[in-house]
Amino acid sequence: MSNNLVSASSASSFPGRAPVKSLSASSPRWGERIIRGFLFLTAAVSVAVTTAIVIALFTPLPELFREISIVEFLTGTEWSPGFAGAKYGVSPVVVGTLIVVVFALVVAVPLGLLSAIYLSEYAPNKVRKTIKPILEVLEGIPTVATGLFAFFWLKPTLEAATPFLPWSGVFSTGVAGVAVGLIIIPLIASVSDDAMRSVPRALREGAYALGASKMRVALTVVIPAAFSGIIAAFVLGASRAVGETMIVLLVAGAGSPTLNFNPFEGVQTMTAYIASRATGEIAVGSTVYNTIFAVGALLFLITLLMNMLAIKFVKRFREVYE
Amino acid sequence: MVSFVPGGAKVATDGAGFVSANLFQSTDKKGAVVQALFVTLLIGALTIALSAILGILAWALVEGHPRLDADLIFNGPSTVNRATAGFSVAILGTLQIIGGVIFLIVPLGAGAALYLEQFADRGKWWNRLIELNIQNLAGVPSIVFGILGLAFFVRGPFSWGFVAAAGSATIALLVLPTVILASREALRAVPPSILEGALALGATRWQAVWRLLLPAAGPGMLTGIILAVSRAIGEAAPLLLVGAVTFVNFAPSFFEGGYSALPVLIYSYASRAQSEFHVLAAAGVILMLGVLILINSFAIWLRARYERSW
Repeated sequence: MSNNLVSASSASSFPGRAPVKSLSASSPRWGERIIRGFLFLTAAVSVAVTTAIVIALFTPLPELFREISIVEFLTGTEWSPGFAGAKYGVSPVVVGTLIVVVFALVVAVPLGLLSAIYLSEYAPNKVRKTIKPILEVLEGIPTVATGLFAFFWLKPTLEAATPFLPWSGVFSTGVAGVAVGLIIIPLIASVSDDAMRSVPRALREGAYALGASKMRVALTVVIPAAFSGIIAAFVLGASRAVGETMIVLLVAGAGSPTLNFNPFEGVQTMTAYIASRATGEIAVGSTVYNTIFAVGALLFLITLLMNMLAIKFVKRFREVYE
Repeated sequence: MVSFVPGGAKVATDGAGFVSANLFQSTDKKGAVVQALFVTLLIGALTIALSAILGILAWALVEGHPRLDADLIFNGPSTVNRATAGFSVAILGTLQIIGGVIFLIVPLGAGAALYLEQFADRGKWWNRLIELNIQNLAGVPSIVFGILGLAFFVRGPFSWGFVAAAGSATIALLVLPTVILASREALRAVPPSILEGALALGATRWQAVWRLLLPAAGPGMLTGIILAVSRAIGEAAPLLLVGAVTFVNFAPSFFEGGYSALPVLIYSYASRAQSEFHVLAAAGVILMLGVLILINSFAIWLRARYERSW
């Protein structure tokens, strides 16, 4: 009833109104459309790249799995493609990667998280503005440089400092993990810092008003509130560690073909296998050549899963507080 | 009647201060110690994190300083004259790769960022797909891009062979997602009201973007591109797969013949047995880190110089 009244009155307030004219542009603006189309194409390149990656990784697989069984590939415990009596169980290189990731996280999670707490809760603005770019530079250090440092200095130094540990050979998967940890600290620190800084001030002030100390606010208010973002930082860090190549190639080296959980020896990782195989002389289309793609596909799937997880976590903390 | 005592106000505030200090200051000495320890722990963690960069630099300087000479830059690799071998061909290869990378990522990165920020309708599924896809692509390991380069540029559809162009295209695709993400950040930092003002005055969207948005976001986007280039200089893993041969002794041409790159040659020197090569590798690290620190400082300066608060 009242609705009718309103619409009637508003219609009658414009007597003799001209027919409604479209608000859109009067000309089709072809130039504008072409530019828009071009920009769309540049954005679509990334989808094409992903498609190309999937095609590159997965097309050689049917051929490979006709020659070796997929069950052997996934569950076998010996990995010696290219050798006499070759075995194709991928688990030794997966375990190598796993050891690297565990050591990297043991180093990078506490150091990264504590750095982030300092940057977001304690550091004066000026200090923060100086340290953030330095962390950025640290993140951009070529991993070859970190790898050489770890191989020629860190490994011998650690070995000399702990002669009671069962070191063996020039390579060490554990030290490789520690070095990878050093390079993912900046990533973990900056993503967690962002997450903590997006926690609203009101939450902190509420806690201060109740008499909480600064440390208590950081540990019991800010960290729980930023938790999903912090988890995302850890997952992103782990994913970087899984994909790291040059450091593990230099420091973890080539390892035994059987399962080896000893971090004081060298073990081959998935990335190191791909890199070392691809630089050697191998015939295109051979079984060994195709294993590069199989290991690559596995690597791609693992990191993709981790990244999706991280994106989901990041989204969650953004949704809650923005 | 109020009697006036000289300095009375001071006595009163001092008294009040004393009382409130007693009331509110935590009498718990242990708490204060824990607080101080906690802050020390935080600063200690950050110091360790930052000292990694100093450690790498210090190590490289100590190991590599004997070979910081002109040969390092002007001589090619050699297994015979170990004392005078250098990185010249690898430097040329890296320069070519960087040239190709810039040529590809400037239009592709800026275009994709502009599309997503200004032209894409987020309600459409394909735009959300592009966005999610770029985020995921940023996390794909570099060596997987190497496999992509091997399958598409070296062999397969493009079949260029093991040439600098293949390395260049591979690295460009690798850094593209980070360029897009950085450019989007830069575009987002410009307040929409600037653009809306132009649109309200009758400018088309492209006119507003070209004349207002791009000049305002330019420095930020440039910073992203420079940082991507610095990453491209240090990237070695994918180049191992697309054939950066380590001991070529001629200047590479973009689409023909073998090529080398600085980080790949450093790796190759380091993995040789002779200790002269280890010194050479460390000197190469100094060279590479020096260039990277220069580039990064420039990018950070650029960002600070042109950072505007709206």
